[in-house]
Amino acid sequence: MTAMLNVKDLRAFYGQVQALHGLSFALNEGSLTTLLGANGAGKTTTLRAICNMVRTTGAIEFEGATLSGRSTENIVRLGIAHVPQGRGTFTTMTVEENLQLGAITRKDKAGVVSDIERMYDHFPVLKERYTQQAGTLSGGEQQMLAVARALMLRPRLMLLDEPSFGLAPLIVRDLFKILGKINREEKVTILVVEQNAQLALELADQAYVIETGRIVMSGKANEIANNEDVRKSYLGY
Amino acid sequence: MSAVEDVVTEAPAVEAVPKRAMTLGTGTSLIMLGLLLLIPLFVKNFIIFQMTMLLIYGVAVLALNILTGGSGQFSLGQSAFYAVGAYTSAILMEQFNVNYALTLPIAGVICFGFGFLFGQPALRLSGVYLALATFALATAMPQLLKLGFFEKWTGGVQGLVVTKPDAPFGLPISQDMWLYYFTLAITIAIYVFSVNLLRSRSGRAFMAIRDNEIAASAMGVDVALYKTLAFGVSAGITGVAGGLGAIAVQFVAPDSYTITLAISLFLGMVVGGVGWLPGSIVGSAFIIFVPNIAEGISKGLSGAVFGVLLFLVIFLVPHGARQVAIVGQQLIGRFKKNS
Amino acid sequence: MELFTNQILAGIATGAIYACMALAVVMIYQAIDHLNFAQGEMAMFSTFVSWQLMQWGVPYWGAFVLTLAFSFAGGIAIERLLFKPLAKAPILTNVAGFIALFAIINSVAGLIWDFTIKQYPTPFGSSPFLGSQLISTHQAGMIGVTVLLLMGLYFFFQFTRIGLAMRAAASVPESARLVGINTSWMIALGWGMAAAIGSIAGMLIAPVVFLEPNMMGGVLIYGFAAAVLGGLTSPLGAVIGGFLVGIFENLAGTYIPGVGNELKLPIALALIITVLVVKPAGLFGRPIVKRV
Repeated sequence: MTAMLNVKDLRAFYGQVQALHGLSFALNEGSLTTLLGANGAGKTTTLRAICNMVRTTGAIEFEGATLSGRSTENIVRLGIAHVPQGRGTFTTMTVEENLQLGAITRKDKAGVVSDIERMYDHFPVLKERYTQQAGTLSGGEQQMLAVARALMLRPRLMLLDEPSFGLAPLIVRDLFKILGKINREEKVTILVVEQNAQLALELADQAYVIETGRIVMSGKANEIANNEDVRKSYLGY
Repeated sequence: MSAVEDVVTEAPAVEAVPKRAMTLGTGTSLIMLGLLLLIPLFVKNFIIFQMTMLLIYGVAVLALNILTGGSGQFSLGQSAFYAVGAYTSAILMEQFNVNYALTLPIAGVICFGFGFLFGQPALRLSGVYLALATFALATAMPQLLKLGFFEKWTGGVQGLVVTKPDAPFGLPISQDMWLYYFTLAITIAIYVFSVNLLRSRSGRAFMAIRDNEIAASAMGVDVALYKTLAFGVSAGITGVAGGLGAIAVQFVAPDSYTITLAISLFLGMVVGGVGWLPGSIVGSAFIIFVPNIAEGISKGLSGAVFGVLLFLVIFLVPHGARQVAIVGQQLIGRFKKNS
Repeated sequence: MELFTNQILAGIATGAIYACMALAVVMIYQAIDHLNFAQGEMAMFSTFVSWQLMQWGVPYWGAFVLTLAFSFAGGIAIERLLFKPLAKAPILTNVAGFIALFAIINSVAGLIWDFTIKQYPTPFGSSPFLGSQLISTHQAGMIGVTVLLLMGLYFFFQFTRIGLAMRAAASVPESARLVGINTSWMIALGWGMAAAIGSIAGMLIAPVVFLEPNMMGGVLIYGFAAAVLGGLTSPLGAVIGGFLVGIFENLAGTYIPGVGNELKLPIALALIITVLVVKPAGLFGRPIVKRV
């Protein structure tokens, strides 16, 4: 099975500082993969590199198309939705406008309208607040909004950067349940970057572990979860 | 309903100059000093006069560098402080017979007070709002100086003529040459003071405020005090420059201190490199000589030529002369490694 | 009391000029998050272009529409050629760029059309409006056009897809790119629209202040002040700000002793700044809550 996303020898730089040192990995279509690592390991950088938001060398291929050299917005238009760290909510706009923005590149008006309704089904709290200014939503609600906004693109691949950050554990559980549902029912390939290793490994089927810009472990999520080193370093037991 | 703005992810409006790079290396400084000391001995009086003005505007740009590059507060109003300094010196010299050298510290102190006072209402303004407020100050100043109410001191629209001082102790040098070395001494003193100020605790407070005001406040920096202090110091130094300017040019008049001067000083700061004190003299050279060059190229289109030259400069070196200095340093470093 | 009401009305009439300019200022602010000092000059240049077209025999409304198109294209061209290269440069460097643009446009206009003042026609005529001695039909026309522009802009930003995209690109550029918006082109579009609105302002103002290269200097400052007073993010605020500035200016001139023409500008600015000190986001601006 040819991979949907193929990353080969990816190096990334912030100015003179090198953050990724030759990363290689692949995502299969329909998979739910998690990329685990400590602070500063390079997880966020990896996602940013895929969307060309940081200077890179190496090859990234998405469904056969090369991504390097394309602008971020063009990469997004290929069907990759990226929920950034901190959510990136359009705080001065309403909830509904945020959702409309997720679909701004789409031409099927009717489809967009029905998708917004679907988002309200997935996330009822957003329906309650649809005319509210997005910046006034709580952290958890903004995270739901960010995921919903990404889904409005009808993406083939969704990248999520630390969706659990700053959220209460119960809310994170709900969110991850929804992500699993979206992966299975709507066939969206997902790559989740997380520090919260336990929940991420429960959710995902594949996992990679990254340390100081290099992948140090890869495999099925449950195998990684049972790995002694991972348990000691990331799961606390 | 308010808009929530994430301050942490927002880049500061004025970028920081790394501490190491804040001044020239010792070698370059000595070369500069040598040039400044020796050139006047070999050139005509008019060139000496231009060099004096170069230093004077350099000091004014330096003051703006402390305010904007140091504490991150925009000002399009430096011409107002310059004018107050100029008129203070002129009035003290011509109406009260005070010795010219003494007028300068007085001008400095008065302008410091003026700047400090202006800094108070400015506390609540920042960015474009502060720019507008300082702009208002700059446009008001020439009009205030023309007011009939002040005319018996200021000389109204015609201004005042200022007597140029002779060299002291009967030294056999021209007035221009004496004034030049006098200005040079003051410039060096102000430069050394400013470098030390920016390196001191106050300087660090300024820069903390520039980079992230909320964080600075949370760390215990008295933001109000340091912001007004920055305004005061900047105004004071500009006032001294103004006083020197009055003496050098030999007269003061309201229309010499318009918004055009404020804009020129701003451009001088950008061309020299915001926050980079040595760049002040490069900026000063730009604003003194480039308009003349532009007029030389095309009298009818002198403004357009100036604009084009300015664009060329900012395209090539968007960070100002500091960028050139950094490249120069790198080249010298590589040269040293290879030889 | 009658003098007071008359001055208010007169202030509203002159304020229409500032309101129109303020709309262009807010437009560019929405796009690039700062003020463009050369905007007045761009408006002036556009007005001269329309005048030139009329000199060549093009009727008023034809010249108006052609000038709008020219200004829109010109704004985009200036942004692409001169300011896109500066996109990564510090803000202050960009401000220096605006100043350079100001110098270039002012100088070129002076060379092409020289500095003698010229008459500029108004499509509204200049008879007293509804018999009032204070507002002429032209001034009423200005107020009308400004209000129409305002409504048009409101509709554009609130109800069109591209308006939404522009708002998004100005507010959180990175997120805008992540939904597929080409933020670079949004900026160019913002410039084009601001130039077009500015040209309308210029063509409305010229009959009153007479056409010459330095005509927009004071107007631009008042336009900035009005936009800032109204809250830089609010087109409605800009228009109301414009009227208020006109009123301030008139009242200051009438009631404060010793204030001749020269001091009107600084006094008006001082009043505005006082308002800002009390309400830093302007009258209609959304107060920004800074979250660390």
